[in-house]
Amino acid sequence: MADFGYKIQEDRQINYDSNDRTLFYFLKRVEPSISLCIGCGTCSATCTAGQFTQFDLHKIMLYVRRGEKVHIANEIKKCMLCGKCSLVCPKGINTRNIIFQTRKFIHSNK
Amino acid sequence: MELTGKQNIWKDYQKEIADDKYFYVRSCVRQNFFPGAETTFLRILKDELHKDIYEHPCHTTCTGIGYHGDVVPFDTAMTVIARQFALMTEAGYENLVPSCVTSFGLYSEVLETWHHFPEVLARVREHLRKATGREFNIPKNVAHASDVIFKFRNEIAQKAKYKLINTATGKPLKVVEHIGCHYSKMFPAKGVGGAEFPYVLIGMVEEWGGEVIDYPERRHCCGFGFRQYLVQANRGYSIGCSHKKFESMEPYEPDMIITNCPGCPMFLDKWQYAISEMNGKTYGKNGQGIPVFTFEEVAGLVLGYDPWDIGLQVHQVSCEPILDKMGIKYDPATKYLGKNGKYLGVPEKPSVLKD
Repeated sequence: MADFGYKIQEDRQINYDSNDRTLFYFLKRVEPSISLCIGCGTCSATCTAGQFTQFDLHKIMLYVRRGEKVHIANEIKKCMLCGKCSLVCPKGINTRNIIFQTRKFIHSNK
Repeated sequence: MELTGKQNIWKDYQKEIADDKYFYVRSCVRQNFFPGAETTFLRILKDELHKDIYEHPCHTTCTGIGYHGDVVPFDTAMTVIARQFALMTEAGYENLVPSCVTSFGLYSEVLETWHHFPEVLARVREHLRKATGREFNIPKNVAHASDVIFKFRNEIAQKAKYKLINTATGKPLKVVEHIGCHYSKMFPAKGVGGAEFPYVLIGMVEEWGGEVIDYPERRHCCGFGFRQYLVQANRGYSIGCSHKKFESMEPYEPDMIITNCPGCPMFLDKWQYAISEMNGKTYGKNGQGIPVFTFEEVAGLVLGYDPWDIGLQVHQVSCEPILDKMGIKYDPATKYLGKNGKYLGVPEKPSVLKD
């Protein structure tokens, strides 16, 4: 294919009609506290893995809601399941279980 | 007559378009990419509609490309535009008709600035006087060339030799209409139908027998965006915008695209070639593209002008599928013959996009 010195920029529009949000619905069923998330970012601020890598639970929660599964599969492996995010969450969300269940879902849907 | 209900609301979306005595200013871009379009516009106005339209040999660029490309300051742009107005005043005209949508947007921006800041107008008058010794009057009416064709769409329909109808099926052609961003997104009140319901091209298409397609990314920019294209590293954004539009319109199987801007037909036409070369995708039937036209070219086709006289041979996407659908007779042997039968040369064939 021809190389003109530039590429077609990928469209970054979030399309809720075509995105697959089954992961979000699955998590809502197995860990209903996910619905309480207000996106404050405290989980990311305290994350040990986030100190050393680009891992960001706040961002993952956003991807889960949008149905952008490709990004989640790459990111979720970085978590060490220490559970500090669960301790600091102001809404009492079981974030550790959300990560655990997300891994399970992605693994079983490979 | 007192207007009520929808009529009363719709009057806010109308604009005044002068009847006659136009001062025409050409576009830098269109003269190069679609040289037949402006000639066709002048031919329609002079020969078909018998209007008084004048273009001054000394008029220059409006500086729109440089202004939006961040290399020409606004004061310079205003002074150059003031000079165009001076040429118009000297020629005895009051109704300005720019061929280019970006010029139209810039003229509107300058006039709006002068309206709100009279001291800027006084400064520009002084700059022009010092630089050229010229004086100018502000135009009474500024209408884009597509506004003028829109105004006379009924007259053109009455003289039409062909309609925007598929002669094989008898059904209207499915047309994508694309309005240039600077036409009404900057100053909605200056465009027919405003920014929400730009009606200028729809009016032409419907009057000439076609059917307009409403698709999700209809009002998305073509992607020209000046710096997006002018800086090579940014061209991915430019082609990305066109790509998004093509993907959105593809399921509706449009027969053609009609535009009123210099950049839009250029990019919607040429990017189809680039996309086909980059990822092998074409958007028309049988590996062909979707033909893209300016509104003057469509008016010319409807009036029965020779397709090669109005410059359709310089389009990247072949126009023949539309000519066949409309039942327009043309001679393939004369496609690449210029004025006085001079041979123009045949362009190299794309590797993916079919004729």
